[in-house]
Amino acid sequence: MTTAVMNRMTETKPALEVQQVRKVYGEGEATVHALAGVSLTVDRGDYVAIMGSSGSGKSTLMNILGCLDIPSTGRYLLDGVDVSRLSDKQLALVRNRLIGFIFQSFNLIPRTTALANVELPLAYAGVKPAERRKRALASLDMVGLADRAGHEPNQLSGGQQQRVAVARALVTEPALLLADEPTGNLDSRSTEDVLKIFDDLNAQNRTIVLITHEAEVGARAKRLIRLFDGQVRSDERNKR
Amino acid sequence: MSFWEILKFAVKGVSANKLRSALTMLGILIGVAAVILLVAVGNGSAQAITSQISALGTNTITVMSTNRGGTTNTSLTTEIADALKDPTLAPDVKSVSPVVSASGTLTYDGTDHEISQFIGTGTSYLGAQSYRMDRGVAFTDADVAQGRRVTVIGQTVAEELFEGVDPVGKQVTVGGALFTVVGVLAEKSSSGVQDSNDLAIAPLTAVQQTLAGYGSLSSIVVEATAADRVTAAQNEIATILDQRLKVEDGGTAPYRIQNASQLLETQTETADTFTVLLGAVAGISLLVGGIGITNIMLVTVTERTREIGIRKALGAPRRVILTQFLAEATILSLTGGGLGVLIAVLGARFEIVGVQPVIVPSSVVLALGVSVAIGLFFGGYPASRAASLRPIDALRYE
Ligand SMILES: Nc1ncnc2c1ncn2[C@@H]1O[C@H](COP(=O)(O)OP(=O)(O)OP(=O)(O)O)[C@@H](O)[C@H]1O
Ligand SMILES: [Mg+2]
Repeated sequence: MTTAVMNRMTETKPALEVQQVRKVYGEGEATVHALAGVSLTVDRGDYVAIMGSSGSGKSTLMNILGCLDIPSTGRYLLDGVDVSRLSDKQLALVRNRLIGFIFQSFNLIPRTTALANVELPLAYAGVKPAERRKRALASLDMVGLADRAGHEPNQLSGGQQQRVAVARALVTEPALLLADEPTGNLDSRSTEDVLKIFDDLNAQNRTIVLITHEAEVGARAKRLIRLFDGQVRSDERNKR
Repeated sequence: MSFWEILKFAVKGVSANKLRSALTMLGILIGVAAVILLVAVGNGSAQAITSQISALGTNTITVMSTNRGGTTNTSLTTEIADALKDPTLAPDVKSVSPVVSASGTLTYDGTDHEISQFIGTGTSYLGAQSYRMDRGVAFTDADVAQGRRVTVIGQTVAEELFEGVDPVGKQVTVGGALFTVVGVLAEKSSSGVQDSNDLAIAPLTAVQQTLAGYGSLSSIVVEATAADRVTAAQNEIATILDQRLKVEDGGTAPYRIQNASQLLETQTETADTFTVLLGAVAGISLLVGGIGITNIMLVTVTERTREIGIRKALGAPRRVILTQFLAEATILSLTGGGLGVLIAVLGARFEIVGVQPVIVPSSVVLALGVSVAIGLFFGGYPASRAASLRPIDALRYE
């Protein structure tokens, strides 16, 4: 199936296609419409920033894009393939080979070194230990944390943990990078470093979707989408 | 991902959380060791009791007088003992030994020894009570008939009085009379508190002359022809005794009859009850150990579920996650269980509350099986449930 997805990548299908997606949490009085009918299309090689106030449904949308969650109604096509049709095994492959996901709350594995955390996606991809280590170290080096490879998450600052999460998402060189506030805990210098990496990746025709609250970060993307109460309020190309 | 790599992950998982792993293993260890050891103690004591009682002689019946200072015509006498030797009325009786028992101080070459039992009896007594000779010979029927002052002594007496000297042929003084030691009894395992090696046995007539007097007998020891004839012999004896002592129908008999196989039966029953009781205690400790393991495993479900969520989000297939977590549970429960067996085996080499434990192999299998099953189930089940959740639900699990 991966080959099917990979093959389609060479065609001109949009990388992501979200059609009338709704996500409803809870029942009765407590019902929350986290997404109230969102439609959008992202082409391969695009660089999209999503902004919006807290609780506007950004993370909810991102989780669906990352195949971590499913919409209540509506369709989500990844490289033209309806994700709801994929088996558990195929989903595991998609998450592993195609997508790099950076969580808003890092989600590093506790009591496990930064290096082992970054190696993990490669391990599941079947990469040999020596090769795995080399690539994980290179990825950590890229985010400026080569000297913290042996540290466990609780020995790292918030910003360092966030950069480990970035390194882990980048280590498989995914075609699609989904980042939920990847610079939320970073100072301006580290933010600049991470954004530089994103720019480079995008220059290699990789698709990037990121969520941010910072206008400068949003301005770096090619396209800016604003969410409001679970709906797309505006969607425009940034002037370069 | 190869199985070996998953196994390496599992080992890392176990060692990443040392305290939790140690506690889980400790729970299993204690449960397994307790079950094996307690059952072994029960089994050991049952075996000890059986061997003690069979050392007493399972064919013997003891008749004792319950007459407390009443009329002397209901006490046991040598005539009554002779009456029991009746091939027609009592065909199942092999031998009858009248017994008088006295206590006294034995002296040899300036050394004193307070003896707990100085027994006067016939030659059949030694056989009936399963005594064997270590050195020298037993006294003979001729010795009994002529009231010769000869005696055989138990190991304890031999050690106390004749340190480094061969007692055979030496003369000891007891109650002012001289007895010649003709033999030493072989060591016999003691039943109960009394030391069954602290005694001297001499011809009935000699003891009556010197120590006990010609009054009533202490008891009569009867040997049945075979173990399965004990009850028959007992009934025959009772009939003769009732006749002799003129016990009316329904009246209380002035004597009591005990047989070793009865004793064996009740004792074995007691020992069995003991084993069952210990087994129950052991079962409870296994259960408590199991609950402990369950508790530790469940407490970590939240953390582990989140971890499984992360792993799934990074693209781990369900099979890999399950294999890893089952391998972790197996490592923990097998290591804990194995150590438990080891400790039980080591512990069983020492006496516990005076009992030499004897390990029952099935208890090892049971204890190990149950604890590994508990470990696997409570390690595997939450993992399998978490692995089938959507990553985001696993990540949000609380
Ligand atoms: N599991 C859930 N159960 C119930 N409601 C939820 C759940 N997850 C999110 N919501 C609700 O959905 C709405 C959107 O949440 P979401 O996490 O997408 O917001 P967000 O835009 O990412 O906000 P932030 O900028 O603070 O991260 C919120 O109102 C939230 O309360
Ligand atoms: Mg969010």
